[in-house]
Amino acid sequence: MPEGSRFEIVSREDFSDATFLLEIRHPMMARAARPGQFVIVMSHEHGERIPLTLADFDRARGTITLVIQAVGKTTREMQQGCRVGDYLYGVVGPMGVPSHVAGVRKAAVVGGGLGVAPIYPQARGLKEQGAYVVGILGFRNRDLIFWEDKFRACCDELIICTDDGSAGIKGLVTEGIRRTMEVHPDLDQVVAIGPPVMMKACAEATRPAKIKTIVSLNPVMVDGTGMCGGCRVTIGQKVKFACVDGPDFDGHEVDFEDLQVRLRRYVEDEKAALERWQGQCRMDHHPN
Amino acid sequence: MAKKRTIRSIPQQRTPVGEQDPHERARNFAEVNHGYHRDDAVRESERCLFCEDPACVAGCPVGIDIPGFIRKIGEGDFRGAYQVITDTNLLPAICGRVCPQENQCEGPCAVGAALEPVAIGRLERWVGDQAIAEKWFKVPPIERNAFRIGIVGSGPAGMACAADMAKAGCDVTVYEAFHQAGGVLKYGIPDFRLPNEVVDAEIANLTALGVKFECNTLVGRLFTIEQMVTELGFDAVFIGTGAGYPRLLNIPGDALNGVLSANELLTRCNLMRARDAGHDTPMPMGRRVAVVGSGNTAMDALRVARRLGAEDVRCIYRRTEAESPARAEELHHAAEEGVQFHWLTHPIEILGDDRGNVRAVRCIRMSLGEPDDSGRRSPVPVPGSEHDLEVDLVVYAIGTNANPIIGQTSGLALDRRGYIACDDDLATSLAGVYAGGDIVTGAATVIEAMGAGRRAARSMKAYLGLRDTDVVYRDARPAAADLLFGLDPAERNFVRVRATRPPGPRPS
Ligand SMILES: Cc1cc2nc3c(=O)[nH]c(=O)nc-3n(C[C@H](O)[C@H](O)[C@H](O)COP(=O)(O)OP(=O)(O)OC[C@H]3O[C@@H](n4cnc5c(N)ncnc54)[C@H](O)[C@@H]3O)c2cc1C
Ligand SMILES: Cc1cc2nc3c(=O)[nH]c(=O)nc-3n(C[C@H](O)[C@H](O)[C@H](O)COP(=O)(O)OP(=O)(O)OC[C@H]3O[C@@H](n4cnc5c(N)ncnc54)[C@H](O)[C@@H]3O)c2cc1C
Ligand code: SF4
Ligand code: FES
Repeated sequence: MPEGSRFEIVSREDFSDATFLLEIRHPMMARAARPGQFVIVMSHEHGERIPLTLADFDRARGTITLVIQAVGKTTREMQQGCRVGDYLYGVVGPMGVPSHVAGVRKAAVVGGGLGVAPIYPQARGLKEQGAYVVGILGFRNRDLIFWEDKFRACCDELIICTDDGSAGIKGLVTEGIRRTMEVHPDLDQVVAIGPPVMMKACAEATRPAKIKTIVSLNPVMVDGTGMCGGCRVTIGQKVKFACVDGPDFDGHEVDFEDLQVRLRRYVEDEKAALERWQGQCRMDHHPN
Repeated sequence: MAKKRTIRSIPQQRTPVGEQDPHERARNFAEVNHGYHRDDAVRESERCLFCEDPACVAGCPVGIDIPGFIRKIGEGDFRGAYQVITDTNLLPAICGRVCPQENQCEGPCAVGAALEPVAIGRLERWVGDQAIAEKWFKVPPIERNAFRIGIVGSGPAGMACAADMAKAGCDVTVYEAFHQAGGVLKYGIPDFRLPNEVVDAEIANLTALGVKFECNTLVGRLFTIEQMVTELGFDAVFIGTGAGYPRLLNIPGDALNGVLSANELLTRCNLMRARDAGHDTPMPMGRRVAVVGSGNTAMDALRVARRLGAEDVRCIYRRTEAESPARAEELHHAAEEGVQFHWLTHPIEILGDDRGNVRAVRCIRMSLGEPDDSGRRSPVPVPGSEHDLEVDLVVYAIGTNANPIIGQTSGLALDRRGYIACDDDLATSLAGVYAGGDIVTGAATVIEAMGAGRRAARSMKAYLGLRDTDVVYRDARPAAADLLFGLDPAERNFVRVRATRPPGPRPS
């Protein structure tokens, strides 16, 4: 059959017991990718299609980088199973409309939780086109921090926020935004990626000052090509498909309630799948 | 030669076909229709009158020589029948199953005036199945040239264009965004109507012709149409990306959980195999399901819902059964399987519970008013007729719009509705780039998409100066000696330029 199985994992790094990085050989995608875009991955033939943001792409090496949080069946299975030299069954992309970085003079890029890695290409893209970039990264504690050096290299200022104050400032990323807005009243764009609650809070933080705030939405997806409508989101009362109209949208227009309700759609199925899989792992000491 | 057949002399009854029992099949995904056996096919072939001016051929979107192939079946020359069909239709096993024959060939069939029309679709399918089982498909002698053709989308339009260009000697690559080739045939139409093996068999034939498939490739984003012509070195490109952007109703409650498009339901079930153990994709399913719309897609969604265990499956359509765009056979099968039809009914709101899940759909009754532009009588709401149907899943099967990706990423001219604008030869606004199928016409049929793929191939050959090799199969070819310089004047194109050039990028 004319099918994939040619996407080689060339390196892997584990940032914590839940977060890991995969670098995948795909020279054509490395060339085409732009900040804000994502891919859909199928780890094996019977797998689910899961969307993952392009956390980096390196044209010279011909690779793309994904940073994945193991939250459920598919991502945990990948955490256990993906080794350097293995092949993923399917990787398709880059999907989505690239972020608009052109013309921005001063920006804050905000990443929280699984949004830290995906914000990196935006920070770099903004820097490359001449903007002053403030990076604001949120982690639960200092042990979970990664890519600090990568961000320092492309941010003019970097604010790290931890829930427990073990590194940087104690508090949420919205605290970082508040401080940045104070120091830089001329901020012309904020880009926030993370869990929906965080993006919503960021949009609320900038709403009074009317600072343009872009968020990257992560609804459940199937195809990623505009064909199923599963990824629909409500933006300013209008229905949009995140995979082809987004995933970037104006945070002040997004209906986050809708998004959060829709993200809970498959919670029961997902829990069941995870439990089944964990049961299987316990019984079988040689996964794969 | 036997006496000329008349409407009186032929078998009066249409040869019946075996079907799975409705109760049984409403719980499995095996094919509903078992198809003819050899004797059935031969018997049914005896019902054809071999009209001199056959209405069936005029009704067929690609003009298959229908009496021609039926005659071959009657003569026991089944392989000859396959050749006659494949002169015009590359995918008989598929079209025999999914074409709306009642509006095409069987509708105007002369026998139909007095009796049931000849079962052309069943005969076509039988020939197609026979060809797959007996491996009749043979790679014709191909004279290779140096042209490279890029095809975007692997649905019936892309497959047909690929086959013709490969036969003409070109190096053909098909790009598909999904991880499997086949388009709607794979992700949309369920196995109980069109088993995946049938689609795979046709794809294997294309591979045998030398066509390369590159799945997991989203054209427009990974590379653009323009880049295919400039950087990737394709001499001509065909776009057959389908029209799969599902429409929503835009009524309150659209965003609730448990409201989804038929495409999503069908893709999860058919392509991602969510229904099978050992596959990871979740399957949304309710006990009580309402499907809005009454086309083929709606019928598929209804029947899939039934097979996935929904007890109560309702079809909501704002016109009547007579206006329903689904194939008659699908409507009939759905009803047999226990689908309830709510004709002249239209949803006005989806009601949710406190957790954001669908609880009911509020509908209003309609009556038919004056005929609209399309000649169909347009439905108007009956005031005060609101009523709620309790359901936990609502599936929209109310049509699709043009997929926006190619439009977003290329300079191609689009029409007012966002479909790719083409001339009669299916040439787009970019030189060397052709398009066809649903992305040009809007949602249509498999046979029309396939016909468009072939039409575009013909235009491409003319553009590249390739001789059109798909000469129509004829019983008695004129002796070569009669031909001037050995060329058949009936062929559509002659060589304009020699189709060989050194490998490497083309000078621009
Ligand atoms: C455009 C886009 C970009 C994304 N980028 C990344 C990324 O760079 N890194 C990364 O780790 N994840 C990313 N995600 C989320 C990722 O796709 C999901 O975590 C993954 O599909 C979960 O699969 P699973 O089978 O492991 O877990 P599941 O069993 O499917 O889910 C486990 C838990 O995760 C939640 N979940 C499921 N889907 C999503 C989702 N789409 N968004 C948020 N939570 C979800 C579920 O509610 C559930 O609680 C992105 C999602 C989208 C739509
Ligand atoms: C559920 C359903 C049931 C149907 N039933 C019938 C029936 O019974 N009889 C009938 O005659 N017709 C039926 N139809 C209609 C018929 O299937 C379509 O008219 C036909 O498949 C259109 O063919 P196509 O080649 O134009 O596009 P499609 O079959 O839609 O194929 C397009 C392909 O292109 C791919 N693609 C899209 N964008 C890109 C991109 N940017 N890059 C790469 N690849 C891309 C898609 O993934 C897809 O595989 C049905 C349709 C549906 C949805
Ligand atoms: S119209 Fe009917 S009877 Fe006449 S040639 Fe066609 S199939 Fe045969
Ligand atoms: S993921 Fe299917 S339409 Fe966006």
